[in-house]
Amino acid sequence: MRVQPEFIIDASYFAAAFLFIYGLKRMSSPVTARSGIVLAGFAMLVATLASFLYYFGVSEAAQPYLGTNVALAVIALALGTIWAWWSGKRVAMTAMPQMVALYNGMGGGAAAAIAAIELLRTDAAHETVPLVLAVLGALIGSISLSGSLIAWAKLDGRIDKTWRYPAQQVVNGALFVATLALGLYIVFVAHGHAPVGLVAAFFIGALLFGVLMTMPIGGADMPVVISLYNAFTGLAVGFEGYVLQNPALMIAGMVVGSAGTLLTLLMAKAMNRSVSNVIFSNFGASGAEAQGEIKGSLKPAEPSDAAIQMRYANKVIIAPGYGLAVAQAQHKLYEFVKLLVDAGVEVKFAIHPVAGRMPGHMNVLLAEAGVPYDMIFDLEDINEEFKEADVAVVIGANDTVNPAARTNKASPIYGMPILNVDHAKQVYVIKRGQGRGYSGVENELFYADNTNMVYGDAQQVMVAMIQAIKSLEGG
Amino acid sequence: MDLTTTLTGFVALYIFMLAAFTGYEIISRVPSILHTPLMSGSNFVHGIVVVGAMYALLNATSLVEQIIGFVGVLLGAGNAAGGYVVTERMLEMFKPSKAGEGGK
Repeated sequence: MRVQPEFIIDASYFAAAFLFIYGLKRMSSPVTARSGIVLAGFAMLVATLASFLYYFGVSEAAQPYLGTNVALAVIALALGTIWAWWSGKRVAMTAMPQMVALYNGMGGGAAAAIAAIELLRTDAAHETVPLVLAVLGALIGSISLSGSLIAWAKLDGRIDKTWRYPAQQVVNGALFVATLALGLYIVFVAHGHAPVGLVAAFFIGALLFGVLMTMPIGGADMPVVISLYNAFTGLAVGFEGYVLQNPALMIAGMVVGSAGTLLTLLMAKAMNRSVSNVIFSNFGASGAEAQGEIKGSLKPAEPSDAAIQMRYANKVIIAPGYGLAVAQAQHKLYEFVKLLVDAGVEVKFAIHPVAGRMPGHMNVLLAEAGVPYDMIFDLEDINEEFKEADVAVVIGANDTVNPAARTNKASPIYGMPILNVDHAKQVYVIKRGQGRGYSGVENELFYADNTNMVYGDAQQVMVAMIQAIKSLEGG
Repeated sequence: MDLTTTLTGFVALYIFMLAAFTGYEIISRVPSILHTPLMSGSNFVHGIVVVGAMYALLNATSLVEQIIGFVGVLLGAGNAAGGYVVTERMLEMFKPSKAGEGGK
């Protein structure tokens, strides 16, 4: 019996679905994570190559176009892959969040394109269920595409203002309802035979909504938004998978859809806010309210004094924030930490769930500097240890270590879990200047009796601290 | 084209339901240290959409469909390849203490 092309396609999709799930499963530990992505990558390659076998099964009507179509597919695959490979290889680790947003938007766009072809196919008979899912996938995929592009532009510094105006939510809501109404019309009135203009209007409405919805969201909230759009693209892919009767798309899309939703909820929880609060409220706009008197004063300290105290401490915990990465100081920091470890000091890194520009971003930045992952601890795991620490060092972090989140009900960050650095015997805060955090809240930690401020560029401060230790050893 | 499987009605619902639970269960076990690679990894996984876009493009019967299909495959390929490269780059950096010392 001859092996049918359909069988090879189906078998490769089955293998892909299995390897995607198995690969994601292997990502649950840093030890096996890399083999997980390699397996999933292999599955993707095989499934893509197998898809050329659709060549043998195209409809009668598509036969005259087949040669061109295959050539177009090869060119599109080559261009997309080469561009993405090139951009992915050279992107800096600090710029990772916007790159993930960009790739994610592209996936949403691809799902929307599949839906567009389906909805423009007015000569075919359409059933209601696939039509509903095609429209839903088109809507979600389009929002994910344009929204991710805005998120990318914002994180990349190409758009630097948050765009707000009165009654913004009303305008956005009206646009969404209008787009949804068009979608319902396409399904239930036109039964998939809507005029091209209407279908185009539907897509433009969805794309525009993605833009308008993302514009007012501030940079600090972008991680949640990117994660949400990741889930959106997953759902869109799953729905289009149903339309195409493609189980690989259905399974992979739905796995990512639910995984992304969970991740979004976890992140929103780490910021002590709901997802709708992130999307529909203008956070930071109310930060200038009275926050009560802060007692104490800012006490500056020299980097060398801080370094020497750490050198003779038993236990040092470091709480890095995005400011560390902005100053590109993570390599120097680890060099300093190695000197401390060699001197017998116990050093741990404490990572707040939203440190960096996406969840877990700080771990990636530290890993890039060579910090082994067994020195890095999550908030829940390390918060009790701060009271045993001789020195806690805060580098480029602010809101995530602000005790006001525990005590001051009037504060916009009240209730957010924070790193309890103030419980350490001595706290050093390495900071560029006297500015505030993303939330615009003054930080009473800086004024506490056991806190000293080390002002300066994080990288230069680390160099000075390394020198202080080395001169100590040398002399 | 003649498909060997029909995934409609409840069969499709079962697939969606089981896949959703699978995604939820897998992710809830991932430590937060790996959340960034995980997000980009799941981002890579939905790059499988490129396969659907290829099906749509190969079955295109007009210039408009060819253009949209071309864009779809282009975007899907970018999603898949980009997601893979950045995820692999990030995961490659995660090393335990021993390996970190040995490398120096």
